Amino acid sequence: MDFSLTDEQKQLQDMARKFANEQMAPKAAEYDESEEFPWPIIEQAYELGILTAGIPQEHGGLGISHVDEVVITEELAWGCAGMGTSIFASQLGLIPITIAGSEEQKKKYLEPLAEKCTLAAFCLTEPGAGSDVAGMSLAVKKKNGGYVLNGTKCFITNGGVAKLYTVFGKSDKEKGARGITAFVLPADTKGVSVGKVEHKLGQRCSNTTEVIFEDAELSEENRLGREGEGFKIAMQTLDASRPMVAAASVGVARRAMEHSIQYAKERKQFGQLIGEFQAVQFMIADMAKGIEAARLLTYQCAWMLDQGMRASRFSSYAKCFAADTAMSVTTDAVQIFGGYGYSREYPVEKLMRDAKLMQIYEGTNQVQRVVIARDLLKD
Amino acid sequence: MNIVVCMKQAPDTEAKIKVRDDGSGIEEQGIKYVMNPYDEYGVEEALKLKEKFGGETVVVTMGPKRVIEAMRTALAMGIDKGVHIDDPAFEGSDSLGTARALAAVLKGMEYDLILGGKQAIDGDCAQVLTSVAELLDIPQVNIVTELNVAEDGKSATAHRRIEGGEEVVEVKLPAVMSCEKGLNEPRYASLPGIMKAKKKEIKEVALADSGLNADEVGKAGAKTKITAYLPLAERQPGKKLEGVEPDESAKQLVKYLREEAKVI
Repeated sequence: MDFSLTDEQKQLQDMARKFANEQMAPKAAEYDESEEFPWPIIEQAYELGILTAGIPQEHGGLGISHVDEVVITEELAWGCAGMGTSIFASQLGLIPITIAGSEEQKKKYLEPLAEKCTLAAFCLTEPGAGSDVAGMSLAVKKKNGGYVLNGTKCFITNGGVAKLYTVFGKSDKEKGARGITAFVLPADTKGVSVGKVEHKLGQRCSNTTEVIFEDAELSEENRLGREGEGFKIAMQTLDASRPMVAAASVGVARRAMEHSIQYAKERKQFGQLIGEFQAVQFMIADMAKGIEAARLLTYQCAWMLDQGMRASRFSSYAKCFAADTAMSVTTDAVQIFGGYGYSREYPVEKLMRDAKLMQIYEGTNQVQRVVIARDLLKD
Repeated sequence: MNIVVCMKQAPDTEAKIKVRDDGSGIEEQGIKYVMNPYDEYGVEEALKLKEKFGGETVVVTMGPKRVIEAMRTALAMGIDKGVHIDDPAFEGSDSLGTARALAAVLKGMEYDLILGGKQAIDGDCAQVLTSVAELLDIPQVNIVTELNVAEDGKSATAHRRIEGGEEVVEVKLPAVMSCEKGLNEPRYASLPGIMKAKKKEIKEVALADSGLNADEVGKAGAKTKITAYLPLAERQPGKKLEGVEPDESAKQLVKYLREEAKVI
């Protein structure tokens, strides 16, 4: 079994690592403090082809594999989770188009992204429908051969900065999950507006907003797939993007571990380096083995998706385990730094704040466990 | 414009370097190798000139198989193709042997400009490009911080950093130029660039293809011999004079400077 990256993947990793180290990490604290959207970083990521890498080649992207994507995503999240999320949430917003769009829709919506730096947003969550996706209430009514959308989406990553939205609404209230339909539309569509901006605990430079639909009129050609197929499309999208969230968790955790190792080799108490105390050593050992396991689970589910295998349960293993690992690693990192770890002048408290979201978004870790158990317990 | 970049691989500046126990060299196992940072300025300048004038860019590197990774980075940045000089006979080459090998390959190529870093961060000899220019009998400008090539591509004006100032040199092409930090800002390899690099040609050149004799290169052809590698002396912690009156401290300090640092 060959666990090594190909030469090309090593090059992708080197490039992403260099970019994260030289461009992202030095600015991370500043953007975290100001909550300003890191446009310069996003634009550079676009210039390097990172934003459109996952789009199929025939539509202007590079068609990189899921394994390639997780390799890159780990490095970007190492630089800054907020910046990394802004990038991969944009890719999340495009996946419904690649999965369910017609050739015309792919041409119309994906190809322009190669010409200009453009972000997308995936609009699924509502105030009354988080984990309970099927409980959404954004209404989709048929009108004049098209559709009218009314409702509010919330906690939408890139909501206020995206030029393209993919959105999911209830076209048939009686049918639950089977009554959901997916749409793609430009953000400046009449009737669509950005609502309040969320001020978050962590990943603060990531733009999270409400997206409001007030009698927004769409035509047939905005609909992705068939009526009632929306839930399936949303779930397939999340399955495909879950490895990236797992990879981001690994990146954040690795950063925290590296800081901890460095500090343990510098800080002295009781006349010796704290790295010589077993309490600290055990924390670092647990960090390292957790990160390694999380990374392997991430690579495995990415590989399975590349092989065209059904990977829902494995994607859930990876996302759930990696996010929990990131939370425990970053918490221990703050602990190793002690009082300094609690200070905003040191880099680890940000990592802990950033890691918490990993356990919540893209399907909470509780939902992941439901997915896993259901799959194992089914007939 | 046809531009050749002479590039070598060197250990990453962050790498922990250990001298082998027998003092014969450094431990190579486990070191991360990267493109010599000064050569990156050469690659970037070649790409900028190609964007302005058109033409072909080639990267030439001598070294074991591992250097191909650095060559692929150059190709990913946008260089068109590569030439890899590799043969057991070239092992142990000093600056002169290296220059002979590069010049032998360059003799068979079309070039208006040969670029490279002013020195390699491992050997720090800063001799190879200079020797290449001599062997090819073409002019050279070293430690270039600014380069302007004439519209007709036949001459250039280069700024070079000298002690306490700057020299402006006009030179007819073809010429060799060694690049200094500040000449440009090397670009990142883009994702499309990395994918394209896979398909770009890297020609392999062995001793037989170079037209050189075995006694002109490698250990056999070396005019210099490194007799030993020594680790850096451990940096001693500083001394602090505290808790005493200023004239007491001053007396102590003078004593240390005289008896321990031996500078007065």
